[in-house]
Amino acid sequence: MASQPQAGAQASQSRSQLAKALEEILPYVSSALKGVASKVETDKKSSAIVLEVERDKILEAAKTLYTLGFDHVKSLTGVDYPDRGVIELVIHIGSYRRGLRRVMAILRANLDRKNPRAPSLVGIWPSTEFQEREAWEMFGIVFEGHPDLRRLLLPEEFEGLWPGRKDFEIPGRKAGEIEEPWK
Amino acid sequence: MSSTVAEEIQRELIQTRDLGVTEEGERLIELQIGPTHPGSGHMRIRVWVDGDIIVRCDPDIGFVFRTIEKLSENRIYMKAIPLVERPSLLDTTPMTIGYINALEKLLGLEPPPRAKYLRTILAEITRIASHLYGIGILAIFLGHSTGFMWGFGDREPFIELANQLSGARITYAYVVPGGVRRDMPQGFPDNAEKALRYLENRLEDWYRIFINNPVIERRLREVGVLRKNDAVRLGITGPNLRGSGIDYDVRVAEPYEAYEELNFMIPVAEEGDAYARTIVRFEEIKQSINIIRDALRKMPSGDIIHPQIARMFNPLMKKIYEETRRVKFPGLFASLKPPKGEATARVEAGRGETLFYIVSDGSPKPYRFRWTTPSYRNAILFKYLIPGHRLADLPAIYGSLDYFPPEADR
Repeated sequence: MASQPQAGAQASQSRSQLAKALEEILPYVSSALKGVASKVETDKKSSAIVLEVERDKILEAAKTLYTLGFDHVKSLTGVDYPDRGVIELVIHIGSYRRGLRRVMAILRANLDRKNPRAPSLVGIWPSTEFQEREAWEMFGIVFEGHPDLRRLLLPEEFEGLWPGRKDFEIPGRKAGEIEEPWK
Repeated sequence: MSSTVAEEIQRELIQTRDLGVTEEGERLIELQIGPTHPGSGHMRIRVWVDGDIIVRCDPDIGFVFRTIEKLSENRIYMKAIPLVERPSLLDTTPMTIGYINALEKLLGLEPPPRAKYLRTILAEITRIASHLYGIGILAIFLGHSTGFMWGFGDREPFIELANQLSGARITYAYVVPGGVRRDMPQGFPDNAEKALRYLENRLEDWYRIFINNPVIERRLREVGVLRKNDAVRLGITGPNLRGSGIDYDVRVAEPYEAYEELNFMIPVAEEGDAYARTIVRFEEIKQSINIIRDALRKMPSGDIIHPQIARMFNPLMKKIYEETRRVKFPGLFASLKPPKGEATARVEAGRGETLFYIVSDGSPKPYRFRWTTPSYRNAILFKYLIPGHRLADLPAIYGSLDYFPPEADR
């Protein structure tokens, strides 16, 4: 048992230091992603760098982020905007490296709601494998090149498409019924 | 001719049932473990075995899928607080802290220091209880019934402690936007000290009967070895990551609540096997004991709810708050409308990192509510860690991962 304890209080970063780290890392990320990301900004509340990319640049941006040291995905999901006709792919990427672990990168891309397709990121981050399966069954986002794109959480006999989207109606229940079951 | 037809049928069967053939021409056998699992809940593990060596493993999760994300998007913000506690019943407070932190980031609220310390104390109490539960489950998987009974028995003082602080044994709903629901009762520090001393004494017994037990050691050592780079690649989190030699902990990486003011260590083991993961859990219990002691010592006095919310109390609420230090919700909470925007919060729960991503469109319901739990991120280990082991090692690996199906399915 080789326990290598690390003192929490000494290593811990105060909130102001977190903001400083964010400012330090931002120029590296924005210069590496020049021409790939259409927008690079910081979200100080969440200590994250928010990147917006076009659909066909997702893979390039992911590869660049990986080489910068962002080595795993914390969350991959969709956000449905029916009025804009868009499903937004939102990926929270983190790093286990000492200097980078204080910040997250949030990669966002707009997908066409009628035919949402995105390149699979399993080749870059294997940690997305199950998350892409969930995003597919919930939002219908097809991840091109995914090795095993099938349902993860929904039961096999489940009918109805894309329960994560806003226009999905919960079967057998009208709006308001869930809120007041005693009536 | 008949033999060829039989062969064809057999080949077809093999293909349709997705069975492989070994080099010696023998069929792999598919085993279904679950979904009524005799351990910690409801999942199905499909394994294909060659003899008793597992060659492929496919975790089939989702048997306790409760659609928390969709439910939260159809409810007001306050109703999501008890909802996020349900999936991981043993480890509730870190989940509510994560949700409330994200909500507070949207609202721009910063809780008063005393509330931060109280949240930290309850989170560490649940961490101890969660680890003891996980160790108990591992023990019963290995046929060590004493460990199972002890794990659940030693959890009891901490559940009682949480009961004194919050008024409930498991689902506390203690953390509210801008503070906490109740102040620390009188005599709580003494009771906490008693419980901590009890556990410290018990940990010595635990080491004697469980950790240094040669049978347990043989069952766990060099079983389910997760190498450092695999742990990173697969995005593993929590004690499973720290058992593989990476000292990542959100409490240090991005401190929330009172953690930046408290003294504690991050236990790390290099081996990456089931034994290392178990030891990391025990060492974390010791660190949680330190954190609770340190927090009780440094506990600041003052309000337990943000003054901006306290200002909205009606006279009766104010009276209750001043006399009994209990927070009653002002009417604002029923129609809480955070400004447009989005916020992400990450928190170290007992089993690892949990992340909340909330998008608000200015209405009383979250527009998008995304929640990843540590067990959800660790579920991928079943696919990549188990193949190559003997079938008899599967319970040991499953137990050592401290995987909790309801938490993974949400």
